Amino acid sequence: MMNLLRLLGGRTASAPVARERLQILLAHERGLRGQPDLLGLLRAEILAVVSRHVVLDPEKVIVRMDRGKHVSTLEVDIEVPNGFERSIAAAAT
Amino acid sequence: MAKVLVVTSGKGGVGKTTSTAALGAALAQMGEKVVVVDFDVGLRNLDLVLGAERRVVFDLINVVQGVAKLSQALIRDKRLDNLWLLPASQTRDKDALTDEGVRSVIADLRTKFDWILCDSPAGIERGATLAMRYADEAVIVTNPEVSSVRDSDRIIGMLDSKTVKAERGERVEKHVLITRYDSARAARGEMLSIEDILEILATPLLGIIPESQDVLRASNVGSPVTLNNAASAPARAYVDAARRLLGEAVTMTVPVERKGLMNRLLGRRAA
Ligand SMILES: Nc1ncnc2c1ncn2[C@@H]1O[C@H](COP(=O)(O)OP(=O)(O)OP(=O)(O)O)[C@@H](O)[C@H]1O
Ligand SMILES: [Mg+2]
Repeated sequence: MMNLLRLLGGRTASAPVARERLQILLAHERGLRGQPDLLGLLRAEILAVVSRHVVLDPEKVIVRMDRGKHVSTLEVDIEVPNGFERSIAAAAT
Repeated sequence: MAKVLVVTSGKGGVGKTTSTAALGAALAQMGEKVVVVDFDVGLRNLDLVLGAERRVVFDLINVVQGVAKLSQALIRDKRLDNLWLLPASQTRDKDALTDEGVRSVIADLRTKFDWILCDSPAGIERGATLAMRYADEAVIVTNPEVSSVRDSDRIIGMLDSKTVKAERGERVEKHVLITRYDSARAARGEMLSIEDILEILATPLLGIIPESQDVLRASNVGSPVTLNNAASAPARAYVDAARRLLGEAVTMTVPVERKGLMNRLLGRRAA
């Protein structure tokens, strides 16, 4: 049926794509509704944990979520100043 | 008992003002006493669509601030005795509209009208939340397009949490009104179908308003489409939607000028 429509219209039916994208997106957005800002929370706690060991610039902690159809990835990007290994070694002694 | 109905959408330019005017006029024609209230502070348009722009003296904010009495701000429609307009202000100060002010104006309107139709501004900010705050019912105007459906979903979430009814543990009665629907494009699969939209939003359908030149024509001359060309497809669709608001069971069709196959294919009942 879809192929027939395609042939007739000479164009791809884009509505099914629209529908699928919306379903994925809205399932996610509804889940977040009314909940505290998950990424903000993760960022604050990660910052707190890492800061116990390394001196960090809070601005340099980036937490990002990428949504895929089946799995999502959580990306945590922390910039640490050079020489932090020494501060860990110092803390250990 | 008076009913407060908010016409809302999240996304801008989907047809809220057009729908408020058309539904308001249709309800008034059926004998209901109706006031349409423009909540779009700073960007009022309902007066233009109703052809009352030159008769505005006082507005909603004047009433809220006590500068004018409600009776001084209400404008009676020249064609329909039962239809009134409470215009928005052109002020740039959106904070002039307060929750308490809106509460007291709506309470006052409830004693005078059968229907209070609130034309919401676009967005999810203060203006939109105040427009829905005291609503008993909501018409969520949605275009068959991803961004509009997404915003409608967001607005539905707000109706279920930020309204006085929701805070009391009651429910705002919600209806989806699909506007600017192009049945030819939907049949070719270029546009989200009615089924898709209703399934995604999980909210009953109030009506399907076709994309039509008649809407623009009506707004050009300052007359709700239901009055300007009652026989046109969008006018008939709005009248059907208004009858459903009154509780009538009206068979759902996609009104098209050329009656036939398409109509039968797309015909369905209201949820
Ligand atoms: N069924 C329709 N067919 C064709 N044009 C339409 C239809 N409905 C609305 N329009 C046009 O779309 C434009 C936007 O409509 P309208 O002002 O009612 O939207 P709105 O949701 O109130 O916008 P805003 O968010 O800016 O308040 C207008 O030019 C109007 O004439
Ligand atoms: Mg508008």
